[in-house]
Amino acid sequence: MSEDLLRIDNLHVAFSTRRGMVEAVRGVTLTVKAGEMLGLVGESGSGKSVTGFATTRLLDAAGRVTGGRILFRGQDVTKLRGDDLRQLQGAAMSMIFQNPRAALNPIRAIGLQIADAILTHKRISKEAARAEALDLLRAVQIRDPEARMNAYPHELSGGMCQRVMIAIAISCNPALLIADEPTTGLDVTTQKVVMDLLADIAAARGMATILITHDLGLAARYCRRIAVMERGRIVEEASPGALFSAPQHAYTRRLVAASPTATSRIEDLVTEEERERYTAVLGKPRPVPAHGTPPLLEVRKLAKRFDQGSAAVADFSMTMSGGESVGLVGESGSGKSTTSRMICRLIDPSEGDIVFDGQSIGHVASRDFHRSPLRKDIQMVFQDPNESLNPRFTAFDCIAHPLTRLDGMRAGEALRKRVEECAERVGLPLDLLPRFPHQLSGGQKARVGIARAIACRPRLLVLDEPTAALDVSVQAVVLQLLDRLRRENDIALLFVSHDLNVVRMLCDRTIVLRNGGIVEQGESRALFDNPKTDYTRKLVEAIPHIETGPKLAAAL
Amino acid sequence: MLSYILRRVVATLPVMAIVALFVFSLLYIAPGDPAVVIAGDQASPEDVERIRQSLGLNRPFLVQFGSWVWRILHGDLGTSIFTNLPVSAMIGQRLGPTLSLMIVTLLLTIVVAVPLGVVAAWKAGSLIDRVIMGFAVFGFSLPVFVVGYMLAYIFALELEWLPVQGYTPLSSGFWPWLENLILPAVALGCVYIALVARITRAAMLEVLQQDYIRTAKAKGLGQGGILFIHALKNAAVPIVTVIGIGIALLIGGAVVTESVFAIPGLGRLTIDAILRRDYPVIQGIVLLFSFVYVLVNLMIDVVYTLVDPRIRY
Repeated sequence: MSEDLLRIDNLHVAFSTRRGMVEAVRGVTLTVKAGEMLGLVGESGSGKSVTGFATTRLLDAAGRVTGGRILFRGQDVTKLRGDDLRQLQGAAMSMIFQNPRAALNPIRAIGLQIADAILTHKRISKEAARAEALDLLRAVQIRDPEARMNAYPHELSGGMCQRVMIAIAISCNPALLIADEPTTGLDVTTQKVVMDLLADIAAARGMATILITHDLGLAARYCRRIAVMERGRIVEEASPGALFSAPQHAYTRRLVAASPTATSRIEDLVTEEERERYTAVLGKPRPVPAHGTPPLLEVRKLAKRFDQGSAAVADFSMTMSGGESVGLVGESGSGKSTTSRMICRLIDPSEGDIVFDGQSIGHVASRDFHRSPLRKDIQMVFQDPNESLNPRFTAFDCIAHPLTRLDGMRAGEALRKRVEECAERVGLPLDLLPRFPHQLSGGQKARVGIARAIACRPRLLVLDEPTAALDVSVQAVVLQLLDRLRRENDIALLFVSHDLNVVRMLCDRTIVLRNGGIVEQGESRALFDNPKTDYTRKLVEAIPHIETGPKLAAAL
Repeated sequence: MLSYILRRVVATLPVMAIVALFVFSLLYIAPGDPAVVIAGDQASPEDVERIRQSLGLNRPFLVQFGSWVWRILHGDLGTSIFTNLPVSAMIGQRLGPTLSLMIVTLLLTIVVAVPLGVVAAWKAGSLIDRVIMGFAVFGFSLPVFVVGYMLAYIFALELEWLPVQGYTPLSSGFWPWLENLILPAVALGCVYIALVARITRAAMLEVLQQDYIRTAKAKGLGQGGILFIHALKNAAVPIVTVIGIGIALLIGGAVVTESVFAIPGLGRLTIDAILRRDYPVIQGIVLLFSFVYVLVNLMIDVVYTLVDPRIRY
């Protein structure tokens, strides 16, 4: 018998769909040693999560292991049934998931949810289980654990929920923990805290961990060994250093290139075939606004208070000129989305004014703003391309809608031409226009969202985390597209994001927000290279950097 | 919580006032002059006029409404034109059978429909699921009186397991009481069971796809724990809503069922009162049913807050 804790041998997993069986995992072989942290990296659809779910036996009803073995301590997991399986799940092997808030039962106190896991596997009294749950909350460093025992998930932050999930996962001291995108959707600073905690716990308890992530930088920071998956296969397995300095497989090379780093530029992310067109755009000189031209956007002492609560945004002022790109960064709850929505006139400010192109628009009620001629000039691209498109509208309808509503165009040849022109500008193939959102990929949906936003030729585009839900390679294309639109059409971009690497690349200037107020602002590169406040420094340091070596797990 | 309930009770007052106004207006909306009807075919115009005077039907509408409300607030629902008995006493006599029928039906529904829905969702797509949902469609489609006569024919006339019709009060013993209610409750509950089973299945299917169910599986929880501790309570809000709405269905259904099984309840009283144009009785019953309905809605809202900690008022 080998000393491998987990040994996956030529694993095949297939899903039965309406169009027949689809193979999601096609011959994965990998091993995990006791106490080791392995990174499993790939983009959506690569089969990394499916491999994790097959190992913990949590595949959907439609998914089936069609070949290969998963040996855990020499026992084939795929053949376990009934009680044998339940002894494995949560006890010897456990899992934490993406989107921790959804992974917790919304109507059950978190103390009970931890105790559930303990009581399933240990024959102890409810009081003893409760005491153990309390200890676990302390172990995952939740403040005021006694009070939190009776809290419900909606009363906790995303980071707190993930700590609770970790507490549940480690409650029975498993030998293997599978973490499926554990910090996706969390702030960079929260991500760092949660990952550090996870690494420390794993090291202290000698627990092996498989970190499933789309973020190469994150895997590089915490794992000594990374396996890269593409289309159901492992294409490369190496140490982070080797992977970044000398990626062997073409896909790994693409992935490494598309991952934004502290030094990368937009043009580095561009694929070969688009580079030529892009270089032409880059060469074009930026029109310098004549001296004394009023700014395109001027925001004066903006504030927002939601009912009774404290101010979500206070005393926010900024200016933007045409064709400029400004980043708005901060942790969740810092007020960056609220600010962007006020500027977009989707919600009303409590105080202050917004002046667009010399006209005050801050006092036009947001519900009436759609009638303003300036509605065309200020458009928004939303965070989640899946949620922000009407599922009953085709891509064509989606792009045509603002044209008929705001530009007064009628259905007909002219409208069709305009829509096709927009689609071409964002690189959306015309044959996709009759499709509904569910028939489009994430990147295609993002393009539809951008095409809709630029349909009426706006002068200011407000983007709220437009790439947060996208894979790095798709993100690279979208960023490049946005930058090109800005340069070609002189559209000003207000870019809201928590991904500082992206902001650094895309934005001329950056504004750092905290608790609704501006902490720091300035030219992006200078700001990130030499942060003046501790808060900005903390944000910058929390970005997983590919260059740095893996964090050596203590006590190993 | 207590202050919330109190606020809700106060908020129902305007609703009840509007209901009362509508109920009272029935007398004027409906065709036919009550004075003529009460007086009978042989009466002379003088007789009709005398009755109109004595019942106060000649006074202005608002005055009549005001004195009617005043009397109701003092617990006086008026006097039946036909029997000359107080309406409240007539309703009181008939309340027991109807209440028994509704409670038995309600319990039967919850005990049968919720587990059926849970099983159908758990085994979604399987033969069991299809059989259960097939029965649900069947239950939807059959009118109460058809089911009622069928049941009476099979179980009472042919098999002679249960009495054909009638009602025995609970004071005469539990079994005699229940024995008479089984067939009516099944007949009345058919639609209701189908409805609740379908909603339970749909709500459970939705919940079973949630991430936290996967978490529960990852913890190694057994099937029962997952279905009943984690899933059913999360699915409860739509189920409770439908059960509440269904009480309105029961009120309507009770009228028909009581006629089929000859149960001397409010449903029968309603039909008799309508046929005799006994307006005070009709008004009293409609007012009572509306009151029950408002009360049920209040109870549903309170149950929401007990089930889901995210719902706060």
